[in-house]
Amino acid sequence: MAKLAINLAGLELKNPVLTASGTFGYGTEFQDFIDLSRLGGFIVKGTTLHPREGNPYPRMAETASGMLNAVGLQNKGVDYFIDRIYPGIQGLKTNILVNVSGSTVSDYVETAAKINELEHIPAIELNISCPNVKEGGMAFGTRCSSVSEVVRAVRQVYRKHLMVKLSPNVTDIQEIARTAEAEGADSLSLINTLMGMAVDIRKRKPVLSTVTGGLSGPCVKPVALRMVWQVAKAVKIPVVGLGGIMNAADALEFLMAGASAVQIGTANFIDPAVTVKIIDGIEAYLDANGFGDVREIIGII
Amino acid sequence: MKKIIDFTVRENRPLTDTLFFLTLYAPELPEVAAGQFVNIKVEGSPEIFLRRPISIFDADPAAGLLYLLIKIAGKGTARLAELKKGEKLNILLPLGNTFTLPGKEERILLVGGGVGIAPMHFLAKTLRQKGLHPELLIGVRSCSDVVLRENLEIVAPLHCTTEDGTFGEKGFPTAHSVWRKTFDRIYCCGPDPMMRAVADHAFRKGIACEVSLENTMACGIGACLCCVTETQEGHKCVCTEGPVFNTKALKWQN
Ligand SMILES: Cc1cc2nc3c(=O)[nH]c(=O)nc-3n(C[C@H](O)[C@H](O)[C@H](O)COP(=O)(O)OP(=O)(O)OC[C@H]3O[C@@H](n4cnc5c(N)ncnc54)[C@H](O)[C@@H]3O)c2cc1C
Ligand SMILES: Cc1cc2nc3c(=O)[nH]c(=O)nc-3n(C[C@H](O)[C@H](O)[C@H](O)COP(=O)(O)O)c2cc1C
Ligand code: FES
Repeated sequence: MAKLAINLAGLELKNPVLTASGTFGYGTEFQDFIDLSRLGGFIVKGTTLHPREGNPYPRMAETASGMLNAVGLQNKGVDYFIDRIYPGIQGLKTNILVNVSGSTVSDYVETAAKINELEHIPAIELNISCPNVKEGGMAFGTRCSSVSEVVRAVRQVYRKHLMVKLSPNVTDIQEIARTAEAEGADSLSLINTLMGMAVDIRKRKPVLSTVTGGLSGPCVKPVALRMVWQVAKAVKIPVVGLGGIMNAADALEFLMAGASAVQIGTANFIDPAVTVKIIDGIEAYLDANGFGDVREIIGII
Repeated sequence: MKKIIDFTVRENRPLTDTLFFLTLYAPELPEVAAGQFVNIKVEGSPEIFLRRPISIFDADPAAGLLYLLIKIAGKGTARLAELKKGEKLNILLPLGNTFTLPGKEERILLVGGGVGIAPMHFLAKTLRQKGLHPELLIGVRSCSDVVLRENLEIVAPLHCTTEDGTFGEKGFPTAHSVWRKTFDRIYCCGPDPMMRAVADHAFRKGIACEVSLENTMACGIGACLCCVTETQEGHKCVCTEGPVFNTKALKWQN
């Protein structure tokens, strides 16, 4: 029985499998299908300072081997999370991370400061793919200057594990990764969704109410894997890989490319029990190939 | 409790060029209620990535049988239409809320259009078992679209409108003479314009009305927030807080 535990810069994971924000609700939606305590951890929906209604319907378009979404960070705000959601999930025997989103630096800072007070939330994942209102809607994560500004500001108020989630919609992912590292990120996760679109030729209109949306699922995996590999070489802090992971083989590819842990996103929609199958599959691979510890394969390529 | 179950196709009966009726078997079928739906994994093509939501036409948990009425709308449903007896089908169920069951004395009209007759059939059967006597009105294009008449007539007196007048009364369901009777409650499932027309009709007559929505879905279990509809209380997920909504809660009447 190979060892699966990972220490992610101080964040202890019983195995390297987490779930991706926005694809796993608040975890409870999956309790009929899996024992949540089996997970290395789960990351709750994008949480903002104030409640958000999100974008109008339609928000989803199926694509070949994937989907586009334009949910637009619908959530009831951080106070609702703290008062109404957190009490119900804080006792779960797994790591719960909150995905912190915002449209101004002060939104991020205030939200992170509130989450910092929650005893059973050991880490946040800073979602810097959100549109930066001040910069005219360009995502925070697409420019080194705004990455630097938001990570530095959050680092000052957030004292636990700070994971920064990178956007793939950039020309040089290594530069962005180094910037986040320099400003004090404890780990990096990538990739968020790739910007895409779909047209309904029958209605002669875009499928999504917002025209463009975020692409996820197996169709993005080769791009995600390439970026994870590039980032793992560029920084010293641990990297968490995600993008199109559907099974244990996909997860192993990310670990071998240099990810210390993985997140499972869209795959949860097709098989709500997939996470546990991936954990078991990683273990079976390690056992069958004579590895005593998952850490032996991280970055092996 | 929601489950992921491998069903076996017992029968795939074509009804028209585009409609077919699936009978599926699984030894441990969970309890299901009228209004709920299932989410089907369609194998065989990377173009069919997500599960396909389908309403429950009927279920017999004791016998392990699940019945679905499906219309070929695109690639996924076209693949399901080709299913052969004995093939396996991976299904997530039961999903969604249920219709609100009325008090004993109420006079009830169920209105179904197209494959929207599926949940109406299950509801009519459920109401009958509770000792109520609903009437069923279906609206279709032409007489050849009137399917499963035997199944429908067993559960409720059947009224019909066809757009071309080849069966029942000519016109849309809201123009049918059955509306001259007094009803306390309306249930409806069908194409969006039909549901809105029926909801409007019910609203003007001051009758309570529940509809079952068919928004596109990614997960079916409340995890993705893709399937929302606008309500008086903001966006709500059709897959968990619906598919059944009281039309008063929706932003349909302005
Ligand atoms: C709760 C619920 C219950 C449903 N019950 C039934 C049922 O009992 N019987 C039945 O035949 N169908 C039902 N549907 C509709 C069914 O899910 C869609 O027709 C199906 O997913 C289309 O898949 P496809 O691959 O064949 O079409 P695609 O190739 O994906 O799309 C083809 C066309 O169908 C349209 N379409 C896609 N998804 C939907 C959708 N969810 N609703 C309406 N149109 C859609 C697309 O806009 C497109 O124009 C239900 C939908 C929901 C949400
Ligand atoms: C419906 C949906 C909602 C998402 N919401 C968020 C979110 O709130 N915050 C975030 O950082 N990422 C969000 N994501 C992105 C995922 O967490 C993940 O980065 C992306 O989907 C790629 O992984 P996958 O291919 O395994 O799904 C969302 C993705 C989907 C499909
Ligand atoms: S389909 Fe995912 S929340 Fe309804």
